[in-house]
Amino acid sequence: MPGKLKVKIVAGRHLPVMDRASDLTDAFVEVKFGNTTFKTDVYLKSLNPQWNSEWFKFEVDDEDLQDEPLQITVLDHDTYSANDAIGKVYIDIDPLLYSEAATVISGWFPIYDTIHGIRGEINVVVKVDLFNDLNRFRQSSCGVKFFCTTSIPKCYRAVIIHGFVEELVVNEDPEYQWIDRIRTPRASNEARQRLISLMSGELQRKIGLKVLEMRGNAVVGYLQCFDLEGESGLVVRAIGTACTLDKLSSPAAFLPACNSPSKEMKELPFNEDPNPNTHSSGPSTPLKNQTYSFSPSKSYSRQSSSSDTDLSLTPKTGMGSGSAGKEGGPFKALLRQQTQSALEQRGGSPHRFCRRREFPFFTLTAFPPGFLVHVGGVVSARSVKLLDRIHNPAFVGIMGNTRSYKLLDWNSFNSDEPETRDAWWAEIRQEIKSHAKALGCHAVVGYSESTSICEEVCILSASGTAAVLNPRFLQDGTVEGCLEQRIEENLPAGCGFCHIPYDELNMPFPAHLTYCYNCRKQKVPDVLFTTIDLPTDATVVGKGCLIQARLCRLKKKAQAEANATAISNLLPFMEYEVHTQLMNKLKLKGMNALFGLRIQITVGENMLMGLASATAVYLAALPMPGGIQIAGKTPSDGSYEQHISHMQKKISDTIAKNKELYEINPPEISEEIIGSPIPEPKQRSRLLRSQSESSDEVTELDLSHGKKDAFVLEIDDTDAMEDVHSLLTDVPPPSGFYSCNTEIMPGINNWTSEIQMFTSVRVIRLSSLNLTNQALNKNFNDLCENLLKSLYFKLRSMIPCCLCHVNFTVSLPEDELIQVTVTAVAITFDKNQALQTTKTHIEKSLQRASTDNEELLQFPLELCSDSLPSHPFPPAKEHLESARSNSGIPAAQRATSVDYSSFADRCSSWIELIKLKAQTIRRGSIKTTVTVEKASPMGEGNFRNRSAPPCANSTVGVVKMTPLSFIPGAKITKYLGIINMFFIRETTSLREEGGVSGFLHAFIAEVFAMVRAHVAALGGNAVVSYIMKQCVFMENPNKNQAQCLINVSGDAVIFVRESELEVISTQQPTANCQQSCAGGEVTT
Amino acid sequence: MTSELDIFVGNTTLIDEEVYRLWLDGYSVSDAVALRVRAGILEQTGATAAVLQSDTMDHYRTFHMLERLLHAPPKLLHQLVFQIPPSRQALLIERYYAFDEAFVREVLGKKLSKGTKKDLDDISAKTGITLKSCRRQFDNFKRVFKVVEEMRGSLADNIQQHFLFSDRLARDYAAIVFFANNRFETAKKKLQYLSFGDFAFCAELMIQNWTLGAVDSQVDDMDMDLDKEFLQDLKELKVLVADKDLLDLHKSLVCTALRGKLGVFSEMEANFKNLSRGLVNVAAKLTHNKDVRDLFVDLVEKFVEPCRSDHWPLGDVRLFLNQYSVTVHSLDGFRHQALWDRYMDTLRGCLLRLYHD
Repeated sequence: MPGKLKVKIVAGRHLPVMDRASDLTDAFVEVKFGNTTFKTDVYLKSLNPQWNSEWFKFEVDDEDLQDEPLQITVLDHDTYSANDAIGKVYIDIDPLLYSEAATVISGWFPIYDTIHGIRGEINVVVKVDLFNDLNRFRQSSCGVKFFCTTSIPKCYRAVIIHGFVEELVVNEDPEYQWIDRIRTPRASNEARQRLISLMSGELQRKIGLKVLEMRGNAVVGYLQCFDLEGESGLVVRAIGTACTLDKLSSPAAFLPACNSPSKEMKELPFNEDPNPNTHSSGPSTPLKNQTYSFSPSKSYSRQSSSSDTDLSLTPKTGMGSGSAGKEGGPFKALLRQQTQSALEQRGGSPHRFCRRREFPFFTLTAFPPGFLVHVGGVVSARSVKLLDRIHNPAFVGIMGNTRSYKLLDWNSFNSDEPETRDAWWAEIRQEIKSHAKALGCHAVVGYSESTSICEEVCILSASGTAAVLNPRFLQDGTVEGCLEQRIEENLPAGCGFCHIPYDELNMPFPAHLTYCYNCRKQKVPDVLFTTIDLPTDATVVGKGCLIQARLCRLKKKAQAEANATAISNLLPFMEYEVHTQLMNKLKLKGMNALFGLRIQITVGENMLMGLASATAVYLAALPMPGGIQIAGKTPSDGSYEQHISHMQKKISDTIAKNKELYEINPPEISEEIIGSPIPEPKQRSRLLRSQSESSDEVTELDLSHGKKDAFVLEIDDTDAMEDVHSLLTDVPPPSGFYSCNTEIMPGINNWTSEIQMFTSVRVIRLSSLNLTNQALNKNFNDLCENLLKSLYFKLRSMIPCCLCHVNFTVSLPEDELIQVTVTAVAITFDKNQALQTTKTHIEKSLQRASTDNEELLQFPLELCSDSLPSHPFPPAKEHLESARSNSGIPAAQRATSVDYSSFADRCSSWIELIKLKAQTIRRGSIKTTVTVEKASPMGEGNFRNRSAPPCANSTVGVVKMTPLSFIPGAKITKYLGIINMFFIRETTSLREEGGVSGFLHAFIAEVFAMVRAHVAALGGNAVVSYIMKQCVFMENPNKNQAQCLINVSGDAVIFVRESELEVISTQQPTANCQQSCAGGEVTT
Repeated sequence: MTSELDIFVGNTTLIDEEVYRLWLDGYSVSDAVALRVRAGILEQTGATAAVLQSDTMDHYRTFHMLERLLHAPPKLLHQLVFQIPPSRQALLIERYYAFDEAFVREVLGKKLSKGTKKDLDDISAKTGITLKSCRRQFDNFKRVFKVVEEMRGSLADNIQQHFLFSDRLARDYAAIVFFANNRFETAKKKLQYLSFGDFAFCAELMIQNWTLGAVDSQVDDMDMDLDKEFLQDLKELKVLVADKDLLDLHKSLVCTALRGKLGVFSEMEANFKNLSRGLVNVAAKLTHNKDVRDLFVDLVEKFVEPCRSDHWPLGDVRLFLNQYSVTVHSLDGFRHQALWDRYMDTLRGCLLRLYHD
């Protein structure tokens, strides 16, 4: 009996009228967990019932605690007929199961009905008493923390990053059971919501078990997805990175962890010494590190950890270390050696890893300093599978059973099932792994997996960035990587990750290498594509920008195998074109690297869509990109020549304009320093991928355009003309706007606190007449461009601002429909400072290289204000600077913003005042009339509510939502647990609800509301790393019906505004600047 | 390519004040887009018409969803679906319940019934305000009326509590509700020169002094209905004009006090009896509902117009009214001093406000 769950139902408000005769409701509540149900009394005739129930107690296993959601149903009591359901609330109690997260869930939850949407709110208090269970064979994994954030969470420190964890569970989709024909849509939707809730609980528990096995205590970068496979079932799968995390004692502490080694020693389960090999090989190992190396029992724990941890950095052959020793210089050889030796020590033989089919993958996209050594390039793999092969056993009888969830594990029925899916994924992961190896890398970072399903065809995709990692993080407790920092000291910071990890003489693909423009010691490629965020220490010139490649391909409608074959045949061409588009657009922007690359291939009945998004930047370490040249095939015609040269001019102008727009003016480098001529423009690819069909046949694709001169676009037919035109149609965002799909915008680092997260959805219907690839492409391109334009227009009041983490998702819900869903966050920034920091970026990096080690370590921890501590200008000068640049900005603009906030305060205070007044009036009266009585619980609630949330100036506490892992201008002080919610909404009165737009608008607003309510009930005030993983929309306008499924997740946190924290010395430059801004305002 | 679905949902609900105004003014989406284009927004932002159309649709949809909540403003504050900063919530409420001067003058004092609602298209045609906007304003009046109708306590405070208005708006609504309840005639041609502000001012004075609430704060409808007993008692004032001695005495006292102080002394002296008779008769007639409704017509006819035709400056009217009401205290034969003050203090305030061109 390891846990007691306690639930109290306090009150309801704004309930719907269920009894037309009296315009009131007789509401009561059922509280259900597992098989146990409790009921409150019926609260007669009120829309704001006060149940104030006793504590309902459920005594349950911790396994159930993890799997089961708490289910609260609000009903209207009816004496003569069946009680009518008003709606439900599902509460995931997982956050109460770890000691550091929330201790109580308490607050107002929207009561949700899948047919009617939100119908009032209910106030619930939930607590859990956990008893310690020392059973070693336990099935639960309580206590393992989950984070959606794809970097080490802000108030934690990574002790060890263990590696990849994955799991999937399969079940039949209730929507496709025979019983669905006789039950109501509501019952079916609720069955589905509940099932997915159970499945994700189970999945999380199983992943937790794996993490415990690896001796970890957390999963970072946790990504859970649903595959709605229709008839063949419902798959819930998840991937993540197992870590051992250690909580930083003080949230405001920027101190590098080295400063308190003794304390950490106590806390860590197996905080061991660095590898002795590295001691011998690392010449400059400081004494500081050796304080760690005295754990006497290490051999034992090492043994156990090696069998449990899931890390296979196995260089399969000696190729990596051997060739690197020759080519990569002494430094690289050293690293190889370390890796090698570390692996040998942990895992014994490489065989072992192979047998266990483990994958050196990391779902993280941002890393602790020193973790990432080299980046090879993007690796991806896709595979087309047929779903119809799977036969489902009759499952109905079991589903009716109350304990059905226990049978979720398909193994007991059809042992093939999850294994089939597992095998599919294993195959793809194996491919990714081998691609990485071909790039001379032993690991894949920024790894993600996705699917696209249409009828019985499913495309499985995986992608990541091949990389060489610092092995020290993976094996022992020295998180700071002090050693590596020392080693890297002989290299200037910010270019190490660009250096090629593969063998120059034996390159996996044709590439053009030059010596690094930063350190001149190592070789770098001319272009770098990655799926990760820009490393914080990378030196960037100018600003970044969002780049998208968009592509449609028609496909014949076909069945089963033929369909799968057709798709497999199309895929390589799509990949090639997407890649070409990306490359051309990158050149057009005058930049040389892509971060956060995400290529999505979506399959529909009669077409395939490809959408790639990435953030382009100019890396100082990489060579300057050449221009684009256009060549015509038939040079005889004079007018044609003219046309070509006109196009050429347009392209060159665009490049020049973009360079100006994004402030790309890299320092001039004299030739003799480089030692090699400026590289001739030559296109090559970092992408290595393959398509495999069900037959396991692997075809390699060379994306490097052979020996052709890379930047020459040949215009030999109208298609090519179209392509060039489409290149030029992408309009840059209006001035004051920037956009990127990474966490932070390269080149901007002075965020102000205003943020606006949003989701925008568009569906277009293609005219079915004479659809051609060109017409399709144009439609799709226009759709995306118009969507972006609309966003810029909508958010114009936030200028200057940046759209961060712009995440496009494409789906093809029906034959002629294209749906694009965008989630992003707009963040305002201070224009004046942005100019300054870019101006001084180079100086800054130089300075940083010369500062002492402590500062180096400190740096990446302060994402929000990272330019400030090492700002090269003395304060006085900065003062002047900002005052000067300030006068250029219209004073009115800033003045209004100031006014607005003060107006906000005033207004909120008068609303408060009114309510106070109202309260006193009500209290003053002796007898109350019916109307007043009706209103009073509301008033009471409002009073209670008001005192509770930290944001005193609002009745409903403000909850921020952001897809980023941080909140600008604020410190995250506590992580309260993962939010993972799944909702279905259905309507049979589509027109009455404002058509498809009205329906979906209301639903998404409701989803946001439910997420915010759950976060607020956990005591949080924000969701970070928020993601809308699925938004499946189906309509049937003829029947006046529509249905939508939405799956969202994120991390609930508590944040504190920096201004509310005590003033840290590093913030003073900001304060100075603000003062001077104010001064400038007065004078202008 | 047609857009089937096009939505934008922010974690913080975006409110565009400009579009909100267009929506409140009852323009259709296409009219609103046209008006925005005319305002030059495309040039300012470099947006296309399609973007503007989509943006306008989106805002209209949001407002449509918010409208249900705006009908009970406390709900807007407690609801969880739309995260709106308090300042914006206040703005939404205030603007939604704001009304047009031209419209309110048309319906002020009319019964807020279905019958009046049917006349809204006439009002719309006459005032140039869209029918949709007229309906909204009318429904707002009616909604506020229904909610506070049966309540005790200060009318303006009740309105503020249940609708979260600013002080100013709450007082205006109190006047509208008060006029609607007592059905004062305001539409006569004679009264056309009066603004809503004039009536609202009078309403506030009357609520303060002439309603049940003025004597007893624990009665239902205390601020809505005039104090019937008080109106009955007003008949007693008739003696001031019926008793010739009293009238003469009153006149001579007033004339003595004002001699040399009024520019229009002779006109005053000549008209005193007419004016006094007018004012007292208005009081005496208030027992009949019909006459209560004509209060403002009577005041204008019996006092404002005679004075205006003699070109009394406002200062002189004030001096006269002050002296006229104070002097009654010196009339030994008159016993209803308190009643007189309750009547005359309010009336004096009203008359001074009504006395303008």
